[in-house]
Amino acid sequence: MTEYVGQSMPRYNGIGQVTGTARYVDDIQFPGMLYVKVLRSPVHKGTIRNLDLSAVAKTTGVAGVLTADDIPGQNAYGFYGDSQVFNPKQPRFKGEPIAAVVAVDEDTAMEALAKAKLDIEEQTPVFDMFEALKPNAPLVRPGTANNLFEYAPGKTTFVIKLGDIEKGFQEADHVIEGTYKEGMQDHCPMEPHVSVARIDDADRLEIYTHSQCLNVHLGFLCPVFNLPQSKINYIGGRCGGGFGGKNDIHCDHIAGLAALKFRKPVKFRFTRKEDLAYSTKRGPWVFEYKTGFKSDGRIVASHIREFHDSGAYTGLSPYCIEKCGMFASGPYAVPNILVEAQVIYTNKPVSSSMRGFAVLNGQVAMETQMSRIAEQLGLDPWELRFINAWRDGDMGASRYVVQGAGAIEAMRKCAELAGIQLPAKLMEMNSRRR
Amino acid sequence: MKKKGVGMSCVLHPTGNKGAGDPSQAAIQLKPDGTFTLVTGAVDLGQGSSTILRQFAADELGVPIENITVNNSAGNAAPVTMGSFASRVTLIDPHAVKLAAEDLKAQICKWAAAQFGVNPDDVTFADNKVAVKNDPAKSLTMAEVGAGVFNSPALMIGTGAWYPAPFTAHDPETGAMPSVGAVSFGACYLELEVDTETGVVDILKLVQAWEVGKAVNPLMCKMQIGGGLSIGLGYALSEECWPHAPSMDFVPEVLGDYFIPTFADYPLENERAVAEVPHPMGVKGAKGFSEGSSTAPIPAIIAALHDALGVWITEIPVTPEVILRALGARG
Repeated sequence: MTEYVGQSMPRYNGIGQVTGTARYVDDIQFPGMLYVKVLRSPVHKGTIRNLDLSAVAKTTGVAGVLTADDIPGQNAYGFYGDSQVFNPKQPRFKGEPIAAVVAVDEDTAMEALAKAKLDIEEQTPVFDMFEALKPNAPLVRPGTANNLFEYAPGKTTFVIKLGDIEKGFQEADHVIEGTYKEGMQDHCPMEPHVSVARIDDADRLEIYTHSQCLNVHLGFLCPVFNLPQSKINYIGGRCGGGFGGKNDIHCDHIAGLAALKFRKPVKFRFTRKEDLAYSTKRGPWVFEYKTGFKSDGRIVASHIREFHDSGAYTGLSPYCIEKCGMFASGPYAVPNILVEAQVIYTNKPVSSSMRGFAVLNGQVAMETQMSRIAEQLGLDPWELRFINAWRDGDMGASRYVVQGAGAIEAMRKCAELAGIQLPAKLMEMNSRRR
Repeated sequence: MKKKGVGMSCVLHPTGNKGAGDPSQAAIQLKPDGTFTLVTGAVDLGQGSSTILRQFAADELGVPIENITVNNSAGNAAPVTMGSFASRVTLIDPHAVKLAAEDLKAQICKWAAAQFGVNPDDVTFADNKVAVKNDPAKSLTMAEVGAGVFNSPALMIGTGAWYPAPFTAHDPETGAMPSVGAVSFGACYLELEVDTETGVVDILKLVQAWEVGKAVNPLMCKMQIGGGLSIGLGYALSEECWPHAPSMDFVPEVLGDYFIPTFADYPLENERAVAEVPHPMGVKGAKGFSEGSSTAPIPAIIAALHDALGVWITEIPVTPEVILRALGARG
């Protein structure tokens, strides 16, 4: 019998995808379908004094408006449960949804939204993490003491300790310090965020989604709709590019609320502007690295401070700093590690997952440290990495035992393909033993 | 003046959720004509999960792959899986598929044993048919099994569910979390040219290799490395949602202001390869890897820029402005 695993087989449904027979969420049309547009906060931070949507609702072609009052369940969702479907009081970032209009088409919805009378008091926002840490900084989250995520009351720093960091630096012959700043990236998939919802013949809420994680999102949606899982038919499985952006709900909650209220099929789709400016992001980072190493190149101490800009809500940021920290000393056997990491709120779009998921950001900083160490020691950059690379049985920062290590094998393959002749002593190394 | 530089990097990417938990389910149904439907909750983002889970199902069942279709859009009726993130599907979901195939085979063997009048242990399942051990003349093709099952009060749906271990949180004092799934490893070598008057970077040659445990579909692995490169090049050189920090004025709202790489920005020489160290947690040693292919090129670019210019750039994206400022600061 043929063994299929290991064969370069064509993509299962690839022909349909490249010839256009694949059906994406935005391809779905139902008779009498209505369209949603969202009233977004025009300011980065503010307090809503009054919102009058009466002229919006009276516009010809408008089925009605949606506000936080229309939510049958809780006005909260997300991995840490603090994102709001609609923020009726104090928007925390420009573009945050305040309310929505449901109309026969998107143009009508936009025309109607222009008639919304939003009386909002603009307040001073804070965008930079280190500004947000200053004593009198504007507070991103009303009613909190500062702009830091708290693991427990007063505990704002996530820590990983392995070995003895002070002893590690004492043993080091040299130390290199570096500060690294990494930007804010959008997923930019070909398919912008979109959702279609309707009530089916069995009175279930049927939602067509491009969610990357159906089970997780169903868990988020049920408390918003106040429906059991069996009353939602959450149909997905295909996604026109996600890259982590579709790990967060952007449209399904609002489309679902509109279908529940108006009992009609509803489509809600982002424009590219909404995707770029208001969707979740790979959030900005600043790292402070201090790496201690011996004259022969062995890394003996790694002290890492992570500062992660979460934007206006928590998104997945605590998980990001944790996972980043676990791997931020790279694929290397480092006996003494100290990681100290903080999540900082600012008045910007929400930071969440994106391809490479936070681990990427730590690797970039650590590898730059490694390149600088190689330069300082006058050592071949390949050799420095071969010396330090994990072998099976090594211990990582959070005390996991490395199994199936393969950094040396990946580097050897890369060098071979690049036409680089590695020294014999490196070619003799492997990841099974040091 | 144009200056050339070379750089390399070695990075990792964890595959599977940290701390374990991370469950997946799968079901495989025998149809009345002897073909199979694999039902999974794994979302195919383009990464190819449907393709590889079908490969695993065909191997575990020992049937022609053409006889298996994949349904991953069954909504309420689908088995659930945590999701397509954390490069987890290739590490976790094949376990559920494997268990579902084993369950289905056991059910079919039991049903066939009754037809043959033998013990289930005396029935073999191979080459798309069932047969009596020691009496191979007594056999039924899968089409015959499918029709026979349909015409009897029987239903053949094999189910499987798996997770690596119960979830454990970080120790609040030390951050200890011994369970991390698997880790994959990547290396990148590249050559670039940078214009010291404009700050524009041109990647001339880029080689990226990943150790993937087992390359379930080597072609798709290489395509994934290519796709990851796009996000990596963008993050390294041009994509910034907050271009005028600390001001939030003039953030990109159209693709004309947000510069994702095009094929014109790809290196002319762009080589990719996989290496295999079977991972003990994976089915057939397989693990995920592809998120990290966005990572490896970035520090290699920073190293190559140092090689070309003699300055360490410590921020990304390394836009032309960043390069010119760094050169200006050096004097």
